[in-house]
Amino acid sequence: MSILVGNHTKLLVQGITGSAGSFHAGKCLDYGTNIVAGVTPGRGGQTWENPSGKGSAPVFDTVREAKERTGANASVIFVPPPFAGDAILEAIDAELDLAIVITEGIPVMDMMKVRRVLDSQTKTRVVGPNCPGVITPGECKIGIMPGHIHKQGRIGVVSKSGTLTYEAVGQLTALGIGQSTAVGIGGDPINGTDFIDVLEMFQEDDNTDAVILIGEIGGNAEEKAAAWIKENFTKPVAGFIAGVTAPPGKRMGHAGAIISGGSGTAAAKIAALEDAGVRVAPTPSDMGTTLKSLLS
Amino acid sequence: MNIHEHQAKEIFRRYGIPVPQGIACFSPGDVKAAAQKLIDETGNEVVVVKAQIHAGGRGKAGGVKVVKGADAAQGVADELFGKVLVTPQTGPEGKEVKRLYVEQGLAIKSELYMALTVDRETRKVVVMASTEGGVEIEEVAEEHPEKIHKIWIDPAVGLQGYQIRQLAFGLGMNKAQQKGFRKLLSSLSELFVKEDCSIAEINPMIITEDDSVVALDAKVNFDGNGHFRHKEWTELEDPNETHATEREAAEAGLSYIQLDGNIGCLVNGAGLAMSTMDTIQHFGGSPANFLDVGGGASQESVTKAFKIILQSDKVKGIFVNIFGGIMKCDIIANGVVAATKELGLQVPLVVRLAGTNVEQGKAILAESGLNITPADTMAEGAQKIVELAGAAG
Repeated sequence: MSILVGNHTKLLVQGITGSAGSFHAGKCLDYGTNIVAGVTPGRGGQTWENPSGKGSAPVFDTVREAKERTGANASVIFVPPPFAGDAILEAIDAELDLAIVITEGIPVMDMMKVRRVLDSQTKTRVVGPNCPGVITPGECKIGIMPGHIHKQGRIGVVSKSGTLTYEAVGQLTALGIGQSTAVGIGGDPINGTDFIDVLEMFQEDDNTDAVILIGEIGGNAEEKAAAWIKENFTKPVAGFIAGVTAPPGKRMGHAGAIISGGSGTAAAKIAALEDAGVRVAPTPSDMGTTLKSLLS
Repeated sequence: MNIHEHQAKEIFRRYGIPVPQGIACFSPGDVKAAAQKLIDETGNEVVVVKAQIHAGGRGKAGGVKVVKGADAAQGVADELFGKVLVTPQTGPEGKEVKRLYVEQGLAIKSELYMALTVDRETRKVVVMASTEGGVEIEEVAEEHPEKIHKIWIDPAVGLQGYQIRQLAFGLGMNKAQQKGFRKLLSSLSELFVKEDCSIAEINPMIITEDDSVVALDAKVNFDGNGHFRHKEWTELEDPNETHATEREAAEAGLSYIQLDGNIGCLVNGAGLAMSTMDTIQHFGGSPANFLDVGGGASQESVTKAFKIILQSDKVKGIFVNIFGGIMKCDIIANGVVAATKELGLQVPLVVRLAGTNVEQGKAILAESGLNITPADTMAEGAQKIVELAGAAG
């Protein structure tokens, strides 16, 4: 069944009445995702209508109520940055299995608190923030990625970057290679799910044969993933790291994408991945063919 | 987001963190009176004149002068105003001094180092302290890592007494010093969280002859994502410290960073924008900028992005690389056509479109009659623009 999301997912949308929330909830529903509820405080009792005209969902005031009334087991969060930390904590408190946070621009201090609560429990997994979401092609799309570029299949994708994930998926599909699940973990300095968490799931997943891992400058999540792959991961991995040309000390769009004090460089990450046996694509246009070269 | 030392110290004062008395001066004419005022108030002839630029290493570059008397302070100020300081953090072009901070001199017994920052690995605020103050902390970390003491603040319970003691004993402080240190660090950790800092560094943190602990320097960086709850940050911004084009781009909602190369890039998504630069370099070219137009770009924002790219006269070609998700390729194509016409674009333009509505987008470009070179992949587009820009240059 791939990882994280699938036919079993019953999704609620936090921030469903906002413009981004409503638009993307509609696209997910159109893709076939089972959206059972929306949550907007103060809008309980209303009904959200899909902008495309196809389908609707009841709106509740709280996540707990939405879960109790509809059996929702996952949430996608489109709540604006000032209230997003609170929204994630509400999803954790309601003991949902999964909360996927699309919101970009959440203060680090807020994510630090969220992460502290997250680490003190085992019920809820948080993916993101500042990520495109998670998709299991043909079953369930949660997030802002274009559904039509995906194809059902057996390659796992895990990435810090949204558009680079689309790039990788688009190349795979063009080569006739489908994806089991594509997971965007986001480009913020503190997030809910890291490369290793996703790799662990892909390792256990019978429907995933190989993985594309897409990283970028900043932090050391890629180096840690490389060390973990070397010790534990038995499936082939193709990789790509963005930011070879990024100047030090400058934040390259993502809050976490910065080379500071000489650490977090693309060169160090590429070396670590290659040392772990990951085949790193020379340019992002080669991600698909690099992965293909690993399949026998 | 960076602020100046004198602004950081103003915030320190608000939180009760001991800092020397000081006065910020924005023109040479203000300095003598400021120095005299400090001398009168403190009864000490010694004042320190410090250049205010957003970069470390000012002392070594000649930006910090200790002098005796108001006339001497004026002399130093006349020399520093307008001077370009080059430090390891400014880059070779340096930074022009446009404001000074005049501060009371203090009798220093010893110089220490302390900094708070966000540790991505533990997802906590880390406090680093060392007896090796007044020098580059990176060097200490390299040569004597055992001299850097660290504690991590649990966001659920905050900084604890035993953690402060651990650092104080590690720094070899006596009882009187510990008292001042406890107050300083508690206040600084409160400040760090409440003010949404990403770095708060005191180098040096000094112990005076009477065993007070004082922040002799202050460096504060804010987490830009916290701006919505700190409207006051807008006033702390120094337009002289931010790149004019980068500032203009930020105001238009575009993420732009100027680089040294000659190929302008217009891309959606930070990861794709970075790797577009990488791909241009891979094929022997050199990117002129990082530019992420974001997820919901409109025709107007595309035009604005072209204008911003073209503000650099180094640009010999432009590569538009779009993977349409939310952003539809036909909208981008219309934006590109409109911008090209409006600006009378002279340099070669390569456009790669993929994703949502790609066929409509390509058709719009082809039917425009403009000299736009299409590409199907990022690699192909990068190769083409490198060739065309080379030919144009």
